[in-house]
Amino acid sequence: MTVLVDRQTKKGPWVDQLKGRTLIEWVEDRTPGDSRLEMCIQCGTCGGSCPSGQDMDHTPRQLFAMLRAELEEEVLNSNTPWFCVSCYLCTVRCPQEVKITDIMYTIKTLAVADPRTHANTARDFSETFIGYVDRFGRSFEFGLASRHALSHMPNSVQGVMELGLGLLTQRRMDLTPTKIKNLPQLSKILHRAKELEAEL
Amino acid sequence: MKYLFYPGCSMEKSAIPYLMSLKAIEDKLSMELVELEDWNCCGATEYSAVNRIASHALVGRNLAIAESMSAESHTLVAPCSACYLNLSKTDHYLQEDRIFKARIDDALAAGDMSYTPGSIEVRHALDVIYNEIGLEKIKANVVKPLKGLRVAAYYGCMIVRPDLHGYYDSHEYPMILEELLEALGAEVIDFPMKTHCCSGHMTQISGETAYELIRRLIYGATRYEADLMVTLCPMCQLNIDAYQSEANRYFKTDYVMPILYFTQLIGLAFGIDAKDLGIGQEFVDPRPALAKIDVEVDEAPAATKKRRVKEEGLPMPQMPGKNGGGD
Repeated sequence: MTVLVDRQTKKGPWVDQLKGRTLIEWVEDRTPGDSRLEMCIQCGTCGGSCPSGQDMDHTPRQLFAMLRAELEEEVLNSNTPWFCVSCYLCTVRCPQEVKITDIMYTIKTLAVADPRTHANTARDFSETFIGYVDRFGRSFEFGLASRHALSHMPNSVQGVMELGLGLLTQRRMDLTPTKIKNLPQLSKILHRAKELEAEL
Repeated sequence: MKYLFYPGCSMEKSAIPYLMSLKAIEDKLSMELVELEDWNCCGATEYSAVNRIASHALVGRNLAIAESMSAESHTLVAPCSACYLNLSKTDHYLQEDRIFKARIDDALAAGDMSYTPGSIEVRHALDVIYNEIGLEKIKANVVKPLKGLRVAAYYGCMIVRPDLHGYYDSHEYPMILEELLEALGAEVIDFPMKTHCCSGHMTQISGETAYELIRRLIYGATRYEADLMVTLCPMCQLNIDAYQSEANRYFKTDYVMPILYFTQLIGLAFGIDAKDLGIGQEFVDPRPALAKIDVEVDEAPAATKKRRVKEEGLPMPQMPGKNGGGD
């Protein structure tokens, strides 16, 4: 994999967005609160605590070392943040109180915004999910599950259908989405928020 | 006591039994849940993976609605762990980070809304029932103790972690659900997996990852001879209940571990009819477990219903020498 930013000149597609910041500073700036990313001492408590760590390309510790080494393309194409299950075990165990789970979210948003990253199932799931939230103001389990299953799990569509049928017969799923009343208000808020995000 | 109430999307769909049972015990616990007007989705664990500011602005709208209704109550109760965490996290960061607050204020202003950080106290339903209503009140309403029912108290992750407001005494080994279940008369087993992950949305992303996390939990509960698991989160319930057969298929195991909401068990101990608590809508049949406390559920869960097949229906190939098929 090529590193697109020249370390001496900092020339590359990132240079405008980084605005003279290191990659670590850039991630910190985009994470609400004090993420404490620069405090990582590479102890590995995070990876050792992670329930899905065995399926990750890199442990959180490795990923943070890669951030420090400015390996942006490798970081953004790592499956690590997408395999984070948001259990916050690493966050509460980290001796340096690095907000690891929050940082994983930030890295996901950076990957989504970057045209060089590869699509993946997790990312498509998130984007389909928020598509429904943007359109209705509510999540829509039936639409999400069926659309996602058809495009990403063609081999297990039967299992998904059985599950969906079970939820329907147990009166635990609706075929139509629920829409909030003041959707225009929510749309304005989200639109403005996305504009602000683009400026970061 | 009045509380503002944020049900969240799941409570109206896959977790309807949770909502039904919470509503069914509301009066007996002297709670009045006032639902937020025109609330929107909390974004779950998905919105913040795509748009960071928007994910918090999304939650900010709900907090702003709560503040506009604060004449009713300053405490906002969320029964879903993910909703609870998203609401409390946004409120926390708005108090901690002024630059972040300015951005959220700006976004909310586009919808003519505003929120004063810290003006609403976000609490999980379990926390409110345990700490505000209290065990004495619960015990006073128990008419049908859950005697002889062995339960595994399962918290999942997001209620006790990261616990930004410090409501829980432990991130990994809390005890309040156990105390509550004991107050109902149940026999609470030791369950070291109680705050381990149910796999969250991984069932939709990587089955292998998800089924292993589900397996660990049902293995743990089975090993300690629980009759059923007790949860407080719609996502945990869905994963353990609806994906248990998938996990069994994947690992070629045959675990049968039902999982119910803590509000359903409170309701049963209060003598409320199982049907009114949404019991009977599970994938993994809880009836054998509930029979131990003489609870009858009319409806058989659809997924465990046996298809009627005539014994002599189709001719099956037989191996010579077996079942009298040869000599």
